[in-house]
Amino acid sequence: MSSVLVSTTINGDPVEFACPPEETLLDSLRDRVGLTGVKEGCGTGDCGSCSVTLDGRLMCSCLVLSAEVEGKQVGTVEGMVQNGQLHPLQESFIDNAALQCGICTPGFLVAANALLARNANPTETEIRYALAGNLCRCTGYDKIVRAVQVASKEMRKKSKKTKKK
Amino acid sequence: MKISLSPNLQAAADGEESISIVAATIGELLSKLATQYPNMSQHLDAGIAVAIDGQIYRDDWGKKIPTDAEIYLLPRIQGG
Amino acid sequence: MGNDTSYTDQKFEQVGRRVKRPDGVDKVTGRAKYGADAYAPGQLVGLILRSPHAHARIKKIDTSKAEKLAGVKAVVTYDDLPDLTGGNRGMMDILENCMARGRALYDGHAVAAVAAVDKTIAKRALKLIKVTYEKLPHVTDVDEAMEADAPVVQDFVFTSGVEPKPTKPSNVSGISQFGHGDVDAGFAEADVIVEKSYKTEQTHQGYIEPHACLANMSSDGSGELWVTTQGHFVFRNVCSTLLGIDIAKLKVTASEIGGGFGGKTHVWMEPVALVLSRKANRPVKLVMTRDEVFKASGPTCSTSIDVKIGAKKDGTITAASANLRYQNGAFPANWGMIGAMTAYACYDLKNVKTVGYDVLVNRPKVAAYRAPSAPMAAFGVESTMDLMAGKLGMDPVEFRIKNAAKEGTRASYGPVYGPIGIGPTLEAVKKHPHMRAKLKKNQGRGMACGFWFNFGGQTCTDLNIGVDGTVSLTVGTIDVGGSRASLSLIAAEELGIDYEQVKASVADTASLGHNDMTEGSRGTFSSGMATIFAARNAVEVMKGRAAKMWDIPVEDVVWENGGAKATGKAHSNLPPLTLKEIAAKSPQTGGPIAGHNETVADNAGVSFASHICDVEVDPETGSTRVIRYTVVQDAGKAIHPDYVEGQFQGGAAQGIGWALNEEYIYGKDGTLQNPGFLDYRIPVCSDLPFIDTEILEIPNPNHPYGVRGVGETSIVPPLAAIGNAVSNAVGVRLNHIPMSPPRILKALDEQAGG
Repeated sequence: MSSVLVSTTINGDPVEFACPPEETLLDSLRDRVGLTGVKEGCGTGDCGSCSVTLDGRLMCSCLVLSAEVEGKQVGTVEGMVQNGQLHPLQESFIDNAALQCGICTPGFLVAANALLARNANPTETEIRYALAGNLCRCTGYDKIVRAVQVASKEMRKKSKKTKKK
Repeated sequence: MKISLSPNLQAAADGEESISIVAATIGELLSKLATQYPNMSQHLDAGIAVAIDGQIYRDDWGKKIPTDAEIYLLPRIQGG
Repeated sequence: MGNDTSYTDQKFEQVGRRVKRPDGVDKVTGRAKYGADAYAPGQLVGLILRSPHAHARIKKIDTSKAEKLAGVKAVVTYDDLPDLTGGNRGMMDILENCMARGRALYDGHAVAAVAAVDKTIAKRALKLIKVTYEKLPHVTDVDEAMEADAPVVQDFVFTSGVEPKPTKPSNVSGISQFGHGDVDAGFAEADVIVEKSYKTEQTHQGYIEPHACLANMSSDGSGELWVTTQGHFVFRNVCSTLLGIDIAKLKVTASEIGGGFGGKTHVWMEPVALVLSRKANRPVKLVMTRDEVFKASGPTCSTSIDVKIGAKKDGTITAASANLRYQNGAFPANWGMIGAMTAYACYDLKNVKTVGYDVLVNRPKVAAYRAPSAPMAAFGVESTMDLMAGKLGMDPVEFRIKNAAKEGTRASYGPVYGPIGIGPTLEAVKKHPHMRAKLKKNQGRGMACGFWFNFGGQTCTDLNIGVDGTVSLTVGTIDVGGSRASLSLIAAEELGIDYEQVKASVADTASLGHNDMTEGSRGTFSSGMATIFAARNAVEVMKGRAAKMWDIPVEDVVWENGGAKATGKAHSNLPPLTLKEIAAKSPQTGGPIAGHNETVADNAGVSFASHICDVEVDPETGSTRVIRYTVVQDAGKAIHPDYVEGQFQGGAAQGIGWALNEEYIYGKDGTLQNPGFLDYRIPVCSDLPFIDTEILEIPNPNHPYGVRGVGETSIVPPLAAIGNAVSNAVGVRLNHIPMSPPRILKALDEQAGG
């Protein structure tokens, strides 16, 4: 059995690991890098629980081979906390009770963050379609959509303030 | 005291809709039920719930039964 | 101890607040550990080989090649799981479902398992196991399984509930009848009679987290199990029985649970993980794939239901009956019986009769799914209620109000109701602005009612007060949707302190007495009750400590506003002692301060809901969208309103998926055709509107705060509410769930042609 050596950047940190060539990024992140915030719900790209960003683009890590991330930037939910501060989306999910069991939450946060990065002021419909690749079975999505709306408003307020400075 | 039975329990009590048992607690009621109606054993194994004035008890043998209460026996069931 | 469970109309400081949940930060940062997130040194990867046939005799299992593969540490078949059940057939069913014994009973039934050093080797080992099958005739449809010449699924099953006792085995495991009065006389009195038959397809709970566990057996016969479950104490007892382990020697720790909805109340594979670990003498992690979750765990029943309702011209129902046929998969259960109990629970009926049939088929063992059995029965009854209202020319809400059950009504399942909420939910629906909102072309509005029992069960709670005055609340019921927040609010309320001073956690099985499953909407109800009494118990201890600190008789101490107060003129010079001050001195006044409670928290209080739904049907494609949805439900008392709303919304969304899309599709060969989220489509974010909620609070007389279970009822009305809305939108009445585009198109075509 010959492994491949992968050098990549995960949440800003340089990471190297060896894995079988057929191993998915999801399995490597969980079993080799120790990032178990990335969840497996289906393994077939249908549920979005394993959502990560690859050079800023939203992906299901179960559909990416680890060998493909050589030299790339991988982002997971573990990278959303900055300087010990929860990301506004993370705060908003807690404040608005946007999680029940919480297994889908990391995927939703990564997907919502990717949405707000390209569209700072999404409509309800835009939020719903941007998050349509992530399954949640507990909430009926109601409080998730509201939490994203609240967070996007907070983030716009903050960015206005920084611009003024 | 009159003990009403749900239809699926009635066969085990010779088809009667209700039976008469004097009991101070649910535990006493169920133990008398087992001795007086041996055919109830399969239902007791599967679980019998006791409704006292409409409130359903599944496990509490110590629960006191008021003498004027409506007692209704029905199958014990589970939820999700 | 005389703990009084009666409702008292007390004023609340903490209960009812929308506080942040204690597990929130862990869950938004990825730090929370679920079933598949545990790792042990030297752990092996477990995998299960499953039958590709719907029904087959297993003639031979040759594991020799797999055993010889380097890196394989254990291979097990049913030979490694001897029968230790002592004749307990229910236990045997669990064991046989975990691993086939001579016969594969459904597509996906486990036949062997391996543990190897990594996934690649484990997968290779599975391929090296040679199973010789002899295919047997199969049956997957509930009505076909009841026919006289149907293949018999289990030869030990004889129909119960019929006289004389049958002499031949049957796929009908039980027939159960409920009701009262004389339905024949009632139908004879009726001016109008409506009869209709319905079918609902099998659906899955669809929890996003697959079943997962980490088993670690020691050579001394003790063991540990980390597992995602709705009831780790019950899992411990079941696994101990099946594997011959002393209960005290198997420690089960519940992971965070990634959804259950009833599906994680059943043991599906944990004994296999334990036996692999025992054989390999290494920890074994066993995680199901999504395909396995669909094929071999947890679906609810598919059903076939006949409903008949008779009424007077003025809208009074004179009689109601139903025959309800539920398939339970390959093992006997009583889901049809429960359907028969719930069918007419919303109504005040003089004459009612329901008969439930429990039927075996070659499908996976059916598990509880949120208010199990009630949604299908409600689909039949509530659709027929709308048909009847139409025939009578009555408003469907008024027709239901006229016949609604109330305090003193004899329930269709037997007992007489105490104070209940069906009437108030209907009145709230009638007043709701949603009922008056304008509809456009191809849009329609429907409503329906639902009922669920709710349960209590065995519960044990500890409450420990630290020297700094903070409180550890230790419970044994799994937190499926935020109950740690609710229970902390309750502890804070009782102690008179702030929510932030309490931290709730779920204990492992070695740290607390037995707790039943989190099922039957009992989590917050029963652990809440135990928390109240544990806190009151701790308050008594603290009053004693304060008396010691003051050196006065304990009779002169009362508890007020989070502290001890000395009463009487003699002590008027003593300033109150706060909980924090008493805790700080605890090492000197008798040691740690704790409160405990062990109870059977019976009486969770029945629950009712009424839902309103607007849909838009596309007549070109048959596709249906829910455009507005409102849930009105009685919660007794909402401890944490956010999570009560969350239960209402989540149940409604599952019901919407069931009504419109979700279904198990079996091929002619009896194999499941759509075991994945691509082809078994649960609602996604863009499918749904915001789901409005209205919480009613009709106190449960048997809980100090009036709490009723709230988790399950919300899945009961949607099937019929949507069916009624579709009928009002485009004039076709669908009697087959799901109302998928092809079924709606077919109905529209028939309508146009007819």
